[in-house]
Amino acid sequence: MAKELVFIFLTMIFAQNFILQKFLGICPFLGVSKKLNTAVGMSLAVIFVMALSTAVTYPINKYLLVKNDLEYLQTIVFILVIAALVQMVEIILKKYIPSLYNSLGIYLPLITTNCAVLGVVTLNIDNGYNFMQSLICAVGGGVGFMVAMVMFAGVRSRLESCDIPKFLKGLPITLIAASLVSLSFLGFAGVVDNIFA
Amino acid sequence: MAEKKSLGKELTKGIILENPVLRLVLGTCPTLATTTSVTSALGMGVSASIVLICSNIVISALRKVIPQKVRIPAYIVIIASFVTIVQMLVKAFVPVLDEQLGVYLPLIVVNCIILGRAEAFASKNGVLSSAVDGLGMGIGFTAALFVMGTVREILGAGTFMAGIKDLIGGTFNGFDIPFLNENPMLIFVLAPGGFFVFGMVMAVANKLAESKGQPKAVLHGCENCPMAKTCSIKDTHEGCNTKEAEA
Repeated sequence: MAKELVFIFLTMIFAQNFILQKFLGICPFLGVSKKLNTAVGMSLAVIFVMALSTAVTYPINKYLLVKNDLEYLQTIVFILVIAALVQMVEIILKKYIPSLYNSLGIYLPLITTNCAVLGVVTLNIDNGYNFMQSLICAVGGGVGFMVAMVMFAGVRSRLESCDIPKFLKGLPITLIAASLVSLSFLGFAGVVDNIFA
Repeated sequence: MAEKKSLGKELTKGIILENPVLRLVLGTCPTLATTTSVTSALGMGVSASIVLICSNIVISALRKVIPQKVRIPAYIVIIASFVTIVQMLVKAFVPVLDEQLGVYLPLIVVNCIILGRAEAFASKNGVLSSAVDGLGMGIGFTAALFVMGTVREILGAGTFMAGIKDLIGGTFNGFDIPFLNENPMLIFVLAPGGFFVFGMVMAVANKLAESKGQPKAVLHGCENCPMAKTCSIKDTHEGCNTKEAEA
């Protein structure tokens, strides 16, 4: 049981990394990864929202939608729940923990329309995970998001000082750098499977 | 006559000048994820275009009814409804495509192109021009996906349009590229190949734009983000303003 959870956790971070292997959440990856502190702040907010929305949507799906044969409403219900949840968390943080709001809260509105959040919720259901597995999957996905963001922030700061051919300047070279980082993550694919084999 | 001319402009701007993927850098996630083959790229492009056109029409028709304050949630509900309809249609009639697109089919809801067009165009313009704008943007999106899918499928699998029969019917079912068919460069259909081909296609698009005197594509960060107005990040933090995001 515990072994299985560790397997899901490690797979989500390395072999199935949300950004580098599954292409979920590319917008913040390209937009916010320029500085290390913004990359970390954004990633922490993503981990938090992913775990929270998984914890909330799982019972809604199991006890409300599946029970009443309303599975086809999943997409519409989940996106609304996530949007409402993010808004609520933002309001609560602003009122009661302003210090945390100042460091994390500013990233919250950006996350509503982040595909990683809706993606993890949908993936959990497609994979038929139970509550604990879903939660671990969400946190693992978030940590993987953070690993990729932080690593890429480092790569980008090196890119700044490079002499780049004119036609590749800007977005193209950023994408090619992302391709190389993604290539390194491809190497993890067999590793995680073999540890638990 | 003037009306007709501007409609033509709405249609063509989305295809070339304001191509959502290559010029505005929106919808990068599906662009990278679903272009492993031409068939799934076209499937994604067409599904997203249908949602885009329908949601543009409805949002434009309701633009005077939806209160300003709750417009974003209202748009999301409208878009999510159409995504659900498309999802059910795909599941019923093209189950192969449903398998190929997987989680990315419901994720059309959070495709920034759709919410972005709702906010930037459909909420300010009439029904007809919104529909045409959606059609143009949809064609532009599909065309960009087609280009990416062609490059990745030919290099990565050595085929072209394999499995297209399941999508559109008929007898044509793609063909094999000699040599590459026996020695495919698998990396191009894997994740790194996606980033690499996208970077190269973007570089070519930038080069073409430059020769026509158009500015380079930059990630606009907050400016093109549909949440920009409700989002507090751009005032309090420099992490997301245009200057910062200018790669």
